[in-house]
Amino acid sequence: MEKATENAKNPAPAAPVKLLGSWASSYTHRVQLALRLKGLEFEYKEEDLGSKSEELLRLNPVHKKVPVLVHGGRALPESVVILQYLDDAWPETRPLLPADAFDRALARFWCHFADDKLGPAVGAVFASTGEEQEAAVRQVHENLALLEAELRDGAFRGRRFFGGDEVGFLDVVLGCGSYWLAVFEEVTGARLVDADAFPLFHAWLRDFEALDDVRETIPAVDRLLEYARGVRHMLLGLAGAGGAANPADEAPVAAPPAAATDIAVDI
Amino acid sequence: MAGEKKGLQLLDFWVSPFGQRCRIALDEKALPYEYLEQDLGNKSELLLRSNPVHKKIPVLLHDGRPVCESLIIVQYIDEAFSSSSGKPPLLPSDPYARAQARFWADYVDKKVYDCGTRLWKTKGEPQQQARKEMVEILKTLEGALGDKPYFGGDEFGFVDVAFVPFTAWFLTYERYGEISVDKECPRLAAWAKRCGERESVNKNLSPPEKVYEFIGTLKKKFGIE
Repeated sequence: MEKATENAKNPAPAAPVKLLGSWASSYTHRVQLALRLKGLEFEYKEEDLGSKSEELLRLNPVHKKVPVLVHGGRALPESVVILQYLDDAWPETRPLLPADAFDRALARFWCHFADDKLGPAVGAVFASTGEEQEAAVRQVHENLALLEAELRDGAFRGRRFFGGDEVGFLDVVLGCGSYWLAVFEEVTGARLVDADAFPLFHAWLRDFEALDDVRETIPAVDRLLEYARGVRHMLLGLAGAGGAANPADEAPVAAPPAAATDIAVDI
Repeated sequence: MAGEKKGLQLLDFWVSPFGQRCRIALDEKALPYEYLEQDLGNKSELLLRSNPVHKKIPVLLHDGRPVCESLIIVQYIDEAFSSSSGKPPLLPSDPYARAQARFWADYVDKKVYDCGTRLWKTKGEPQQQARKEMVEILKTLEGALGDKPYFGGDEFGFVDVAFVPFTAWFLTYERYGEISVDKECPRLAAWAKRCGERESVNKNLSPPEKVYEFIGTLKKKFGIE
């Protein structure tokens, strides 16, 4: 296997970029925002997640999910992978990840935290009621407290954004998703982001959401509210039916039923 | 930080495949480091201070500064020591190939350990389900490997590092899950053997019988028959 074909494999930066996504998917928003921040043009194709296109299934056979970036005929799934690809393939554009190896490790760590801990915890609040929801809310608060601490005295101390003076990788990842917090508060009645309890996180989110590129990317709040109300109604209906079938203790952390997660209530 | 220990230290647990990824990466780069075995039943002050969020191993300390999460550690080792080690990078330089490497390493992380755990922790229907899933996962990975000697192509790379520690668990999967990796995924089995010939892998993987013994002990401890 010769490396001579490597250049032929790598699409020229000018090759067209296409993004398959879903309007309510925060993972899709991450990529849209990143492309806008980098000033990269792209074609957008809305996917109906209830009836996935042949193209999507062909381009992402492993996970069958959005977003998928297509560049010069090459398909790239997974938002976090895509974001790093954008940095690598367009090095002349504004970088998302910091330059220093240790700072990169930190950004990646908190990005993983957002997807592995905070996201599922918020999802659990959304998918539950009563005592179960109270426990989920406590979990969200614990996670937000960790981020607040990093903003106050830790790695991100004194910064306006996680990326510094300007938004970066972690802002895009955390920010595209955090708008669900206010929406879920409205729809479920749970108190998630208290400005008194998490003043720095609250301030960061407010500054993030005020940016032009972000406002262009995140859907209008009433659309999100309507969507969330519909999904919650359905989730609670399904949970009633499916609860008994769920095997006991050793099962992984309670997640919304498969059908619901397909409908991109991911954050 | 003033007074912090200079150099590299790895907080780890002997049988952890996640820790082994880091040990392999460090050895591939010929980086000297201090290995610090952790007692996970009684976590040290150093571990709790270094990874307050998850309180888990592995943690790499570089001049006292902690880096957590095994794949993040491997990337850090690759990036922070790329020029000084004189060894080839674990991630390829081509952007698309890098993205593919990150995708498959992420796939291993999302799928292998959880499914493997269900294989030995459950019985009956859930175990049958786990068995089916594991075969699917291994076949998918075998598909990604294709005809290449390594996931990285000609060179041992990031995905190889991410996945190879789990080859020590194949025996455990085989005995609890009744999955024959040799039969179901012969190319994957051949890849595992090829990797095993590398010093970094040979030195750092737990012997499969030891992994099996360890799981047996865990099962007794959790009262799983």
